[in-house]
Amino acid sequence: MGITSKLGNLGIVTTTLEEAVNWGRTGAMWPLLFGLACCAIEMMSTQASHYDMSRFGMELNRASPRQSDLLIVAGRVTRKMAPVIRQLYDQMAAPKWVISMGDCASCSGVYNNYALVQGVDEIIPVDVYVAGCPPRPEQLIHGILTLHEKVRGERIAHWATN
Amino acid sequence: MAIATAKNEQVARWEGNIEELRGLVSERAFTGETMLLNMGPHHPSTHGVLRVLLELDGEQIVSCLPDVGYLHTGIEKNMEHKTYEKCVTLTDRMDYLAPMSNNMAFCLAVEKLVDLDVPERAQIIRVIGLELTRINSHLVWLGTHALDLGAMSVFLYCFREREYILEMFEILSGQRMMTSYIRPGGVWRDIPPEFMPKLQQFLEYFPPRIDDYEKLLTNNPLWIDRTQGIGIIEPETALAWGVSGPSLRGSGINWDLRKAMPYSGYEQYDFDVPVGEHGDVYDRFLVRIREMRESVKILRQAAARLPAKGPFRSNNRKFVPPPRSELGQSMEAVIHHFKLWTEGFSAPDQEVFVAIESPRGEVSVYLHGTGGNRPRRVHYKTPSFMHIGALPVMTQGHLIADLVAIIGSIDIVLGDCDR
Repeated sequence: MGITSKLGNLGIVTTTLEEAVNWGRTGAMWPLLFGLACCAIEMMSTQASHYDMSRFGMELNRASPRQSDLLIVAGRVTRKMAPVIRQLYDQMAAPKWVISMGDCASCSGVYNNYALVQGVDEIIPVDVYVAGCPPRPEQLIHGILTLHEKVRGERIAHWATN
Repeated sequence: MAIATAKNEQVARWEGNIEELRGLVSERAFTGETMLLNMGPHHPSTHGVLRVLLELDGEQIVSCLPDVGYLHTGIEKNMEHKTYEKCVTLTDRMDYLAPMSNNMAFCLAVEKLVDLDVPERAQIIRVIGLELTRINSHLVWLGTHALDLGAMSVFLYCFREREYILEMFEILSGQRMMTSYIRPGGVWRDIPPEFMPKLQQFLEYFPPRIDDYEKLLTNNPLWIDRTQGIGIIEPETALAWGVSGPSLRGSGINWDLRKAMPYSGYEQYDFDVPVGEHGDVYDRFLVRIREMRESVKILRQAAARLPAKGPFRSNNRKFVPPPRSELGQSMEAVIHHFKLWTEGFSAPDQEVFVAIESPRGEVSVYLHGTGGNRPRRVHYKTPSFMHIGALPVMTQGHLIADLVAIIGSIDIVLGDCDR
């Protein structure tokens, strides 16, 4: 009856709570539908048919920060936009992660000037930086897999502070 | 999105004071009769970081105030500190859906300023790049515009074809998006041998795909319901607001700089300029779809006309670096190479103004030299900025849902608008 009739004689899998939860978190990490500049177009390419980010459990981009787990800062962060990004980050429910996509978001790239925040890490904490101007979709996917690796290594003690 | 009436404090906190809006929104907003709604800068359908403040009577738009500048990067200012060759890399990042058009406008301005020749073959290569860029940009427009109106699959098809073009760009320039391929005096490097077969394949592959898009949308009753009669802009109004490109042609005005003021040898190509009738969202859609077909036509002619061998950039060594092969043999070539890559070339203290037809409309560059190796002032007059200016005219009296269709139909790129 129950699970044994469905699974047959498969035996028992044992795991820790940590691993099970972390595995679940990497399986359906929904990004916020949020683009700033050029990198956003490459982010769209990553989600579209050719690269298909849904292979990594990311088929759904939520337009609301309340429903998303991952903020991909794709593009240059201007001083006018910075408070908006901070607000979006604050509105996301924990656990939440941030990928800084591209040179502009990571360190303002070629623009060392009055208009840009010199790296989005000045206003929000960043988990993974992806280099490139703009990064290829493969690079973004690599960044996402790096983040997955990081999440799988997280300990219970860190969950509360995340 | 913050929803509130005028009496609500939330609106009063909108950039300080509701009184600042007096004269911009109707008086009814101050009595609370109409509602103020903030759309953007984080919104999936504003095509980037456009913010629009809407005054609504129920669902109807009474007034619409676009707020730009969320992507202001100071690119024009940065250019004043770079040599002319280095400026080219910055132009890519303005209109990131049509990088080659921006390269082209800037290079034409530099060439006009220093009176630099461009060989015939380089001009044909440029036309190939420009028309591929046009298709590339229109594909992103079609995909996102359809996505905004609920047609998800078109987006996936468009990006499938777009990857094809990006692969070609990569073969050509080594980069998928920020190509910086067009340089003063010609192009960066010669066409690699694998490019032309790929282009021929694309020209075979692509036209049936446009038919596919048309099958999905052109006669689709849902699509027609959402787009016909929406966002009408009369020809005179469009001209008065500085609307250009496919958005202007959708209103029935036959004005294309490729025909009216040909550059880079466009007068030698045989193509039509698609023109709409009603100036609504549907006509702008049709114009762009037909433009993709015309681009394919131009690409075919350019591929046929391209000589197999020949110079791909000017031979004027004062402005264009010598080929690598010469560096080992000629002392003069080494000196030219060193001078060009350390301090660049000088341009006279004069102003030039150049306009070209980008996928979005007219991109114009005002360039003022200093007599030294850096520009005194570079200014881009960009179509997206003009189109956003015309947004309030187009949205008058429509519903919020139509605003999404209208923003999609004028094909704005905020990087192009804010720079």
